[in-house]
Parts: sequence; C-alpha cells; structure tokens
Amino acid sequence: MMMDFSHETVVWAAKTFGLIYLVIFSMAVVAYAFWPSRQKEFHDASAAILKQEDRPWR
Amino acid sequence: MISNLTTGERRGALLILLVMTLVGLFFAAAGRGDPIAVHGALIMVAAIALAFPIMARLYDPEPPAERFDTYYDDPSKVGIILTFVWAAFAMFVGDWVAWLLVEPTWTTSGAWSSFGRIRPVHTTGVIFGFGGNGLIATSFYVMQRTSRVRLPDQLSPWFVLIGYNLFCVLAVTGYMLGITQSKEYAEPEWYADLWLVIVWVVYFILYMRTLARREEPHIYVANWYYMAFILVVAMLHIVNNLAVPVSFLSAKSFSLFSGVQDALTEWWYGHNAVAFFLTAGFLGMMYYYLPIRAGRPIFSYRMSIISFWGITFMYMWVGSHHLHHTALPQWVQTLGMTFSLVLIVPSWASAANALLTLNGAWHKVRDDATLRFMMIAAVFYGLTTFEGSFMAIRSVNALSHYTDWTVGHVHAGALGWVAMITFGALYASIPWLWKRERMYSPALVEVHFWLALSGTAIYVFALWNAGIIQGLMWRTYTENGNLAYTFLDSVVAMRPYYIARAIGGLLFLLGALAGCLNLYLTIRYAAPATDTASLKPLRDELNDAATLPAE
Repeated sequence: MMMDFSHETVVWAAKTFGLIYLVIFSMAVVAYAFWPSRQKEFHDASAAILKQEDRPWR
Repeated sequence: MISNLTTGERRGALLILLVMTLVGLFFAAAGRGDPIAVHGALIMVAAIALAFPIMARLYDPEPPAERFDTYYDDPSKVGIILTFVWAAFAMFVGDWVAWLLVEPTWTTSGAWSSFGRIRPVHTTGVIFGFGGNGLIATSFYVMQRTSRVRLPDQLSPWFVLIGYNLFCVLAVTGYMLGITQSKEYAEPEWYADLWLVIVWVVYFILYMRTLARREEPHIYVANWYYMAFILVVAMLHIVNNLAVPVSFLSAKSFSLFSGVQDALTEWWYGHNAVAFFLTAGFLGMMYYYLPIRAGRPIFSYRMSIISFWGITFMYMWVGSHHLHHTALPQWVQTLGMTFSLVLIVPSWASAANALLTLNGAWHKVRDDATLRFMMIAAVFYGLTTFEGSFMAIRSVNALSHYTDWTVGHVHAGALGWVAMITFGALYASIPWLWKRERMYSPALVEVHFWLALSGTAIYVFALWNAGIIQGLMWRTYTENGNLAYTFLDSVVAMRPYYIARAIGGLLFLLGALAGCLNLYLTIRYAAPATDTASLKPLRDELNDAATLPAE
C-alpha cells in the first residue's frame, strides 16, 4: 500500500506538475538573468565589489 | 578584543557562558557512567575558561563610537587562525590514517586511536573544522564588504564562531571516546546536533540582519551562495539527525529512520553536504575573492545567477547515486543519476566563469601564488564535477563503487577545490585584515602552492589507479566462471598506491604547515600597511573594470 503510494504518486507528480514546475522555474531564472532593465544593476554589482574603501557607508 | 564589546555584550556573553556552565555541570554530574558526562565536563570547563577573560574586563570603558566607522573583523581574524589550526590538526590525522593503511601497526594500543575512530576525526576535522571555519570567517568578511555595512552586533558573530568550534570539538573528542551515530559526515550524537542547530539559527539570523541593513541596492551573488550554504545545511542537518535518545542522560540515540529509508536520508544529506557545504559556500568565496584578487569583475554575472539556481535545484535530487545497485528502488537510482548528469551544466558554467574572469589577468596568475591557488581551485572544480557526474552513471558506478576511486574523487574535490580556494581566499584576506603590506613571506606562499598542487596530483593519480584496479579485480572471472581474485588479493595490490597517497597527503600537510608559519610571521612581524597600500594594485585596475568582459 505504502509502496504504491510512493511510486505511483511520485511518477505522476514528476510527469505532470514536476516537469512543468522545473521548466517554468528554469524559464523564470533565465528571464530574470537576461531581463534588459536589470543589466545595469548586475553590471554595477559586479564592478562594485572592486571598489574597496574598506569602511562601511554611513 | 574583549574591550571592543559593549558592556551589555560582555554581560550577555557572561550570561550565555553561565547557562552553558550549568548545562555542562548537569550532564557531567547526572550523566555519570555514560560518555556524555565527559562532554558535560568539557562544556563546563570551556565555558568557565572563556568567562575569566570577560570578567577581567567587565568594567572596562565602553568602546569608542568610532568603531561604527569600521567593519567588525575580530571574529574573522580568530576564525582564520582557527581555520589554520584545524587544517594542521585534521590533515595530520588524515595522513596518519593514510599511513595506517600502509602499515596497520603504526598506532597506539588505545581504542581511541583505532582506524575506525580516527578516520572520522580526519573527515570532521577537515570538512567542519577547516572548511567550516574558513566559511564562517570569510562570510563575515564578505557580507560586510558587499553590503557596505558593519555587522549588526558584536556578540552573535562570536557566539556563532565559538559555538561552532565547540560543536567540532565535541564531535572529534566524541569519536575518540566511541560516541557516534554511525552516519557518515553526521557522526555526532543528538546533544551535539541540537547545539549545532542553535548555533546555525543564530548564524542565519545574523546573515539576514546584515543583509537587511545593507547600503548596496543589489545583494552580490557571493551572498546568495553563502545564504544557500547556511539555509540548506540547516535543513539537511535537522532532517538527517532526527533521532530519539535512549535517555536524556545518555549519549546514545536511535535514528527515526531505518533500513533503506535511513540510507536514502543519509545520502540525501551526504551529497547535499558536498553540494551546499563544500560547494555553494566555497563558490561564494570564489565569486568574491577571485574577481578582487584578479582586479577584474566576474566574467558574466548573468551566468553566475543561472548557475546558482541550477546548482541549488539540481543537487537536491542527486543523493541516491550513492546507492546504485542497492535495495533502493531502481527508479530512485535513475533519478539521482539523471540529475547528476544535468548538474554538469551549472557546475561547468561556474568553473568557466571563474577561468574566463582571468582572461587579461593571466600575468597575475603567473606572478601571484594567491591568485594561482584560486585558479587551480576552479580547474579542479571543473574536473571534479565532471568526474562526479561520470561516476554517478550506474554502469560506471558498477566499477567505481566501494573502491578507492571514490576516495580519490572526494580528495580531488576536497584538496584541489575546497582547500585551494580556501587558502587563496585566506592569503588574500590576511594582509587586509591585519593591515599588513602583504604576507610576511610570498616565497612561503609559493612553497605552499607547489606542495599543495603536487600533493593533490600524487594523491589523486594514486587513487584513480588504485580504484580502477580494485574494481577490475573484483569483477574478473576465470574461464570456469569463478572470480579470478580473492578480496585479499586486491588489498595486497593496493600497497604501492597507498604509499603514494600517503606521500601525497604528507606534501599537502607540509604545505598547510608552511601556511601556519606564514600566518604567524605575518601577524607577528610583517610590515604594517601604509595607508591602504595593500589595496593599491586593485586601485590601478579600477579603470579596466568599467565594462564586464562578457558584454
């Protein structure tokens, strides 16, 4: 009984919701990374760590 | 150092130590006859020993308000020293264990020094003692710089650092006393596990509080990796260690899981410990220190984001590849294998991102051993993740499983990736933190680098050979269909490889000891930095940093 539940349910979840969820999640991540209006933010963030004033901003 | 705490923080520290003393006393007294009493006494003595220096300075004046103009780096400094101490101790024990496989008599007659007890002392010492302290020390450093804000308070970072080290000490002393729950990389018993949960929650809250107060609008990607490390390790640790103690005064407990469920939970934990302890946290280190040391921004920030989510979501599923050809259902094995193969995409994206960042800075890699440590780390990261995906294929695993190939693979990752990136990050941080011009001896850093690289190469090549020979000997049949070799034949055949691996380990240990010496000399004798001269090479590069190379 327990075995049926785990195997059948997991296969069903993987083939339906699981598949869609992973595909949608991947697309969301790629969209976030490539969204044009974010590029400046990413660019600034990656360059900002090189500016080491070594004291906190207050 | 203690005078830098506010009076309130000093009182808070004393209160925490008082509670710890009482808890320790309780276990020491009530747990008589059980090994837990030894640990109770250890906790009590440690808490009292820490209370004395605080009481001596309890009425010192409040620290000046100028402290808010600087980052709070005392815990990072102590964390770096502890990282080197654990490296020396745990790598020594590791090499001792390696020589025991060559000559089993090279130990004492005491039970504490038997192979089965000191091997987990080595693994816990290097993973949690060396790696964990390196992660905690650098994460405090990185989260402040990337957020451009001082740590929110001065007590909780000490609680995290000292509490974590107490956990590590309970773990390794426990093994030598015979206390273990026999789960690989999760050997400590229930009370040590509960203590780590408290420490870890404080660590998580500290990180969140620092990020919440940040002055930078964007949370730099290194912090994402550190956060994933903290959050997921908490989740793994809690679930895998669900257990019922025999009594509250006994060190022994029984796991909530049994049989194949226990095995799967353990390796879900075990492989994600590789993923989130030994990978995500150290990637956070790499994404901060490598661009800074090279003086160039990361090759592609977008790729670092995509790799982050890839690694975070794929790794969760791969643990079952440790249980190929076992009682675990076939489809669960296949699931683990498939995700392991897909995982190569984000892994190689991260390794490539690191190496491409160095384009235009290769002359620095040539001249600067610190940056070379980080470069070699990225190479080994790429190599080991490819090897890991390959070994996760069920038919390859039929050859590699239970052989020393697995041990070789783990060490390609642990020595080549984890230790190299850590040493690189520490050699970069030490002059910055202690305000020195540079490390006392750059030549000693070179010596460390070459010892580490040659030690890793010898170790890994020896165990590749060893593992494949073992695997082949175990599956070679005669014409009559009998096994051609006994198990003992394969053990005897390992001897030359075990000697080579122990020599490789020895070289790596000598490199770490050279690092300890250099750390001591730098703190003690290195010339202080004039202004922020140690950052000067960086400043010169800032003009180059206007554009991301990938765009």
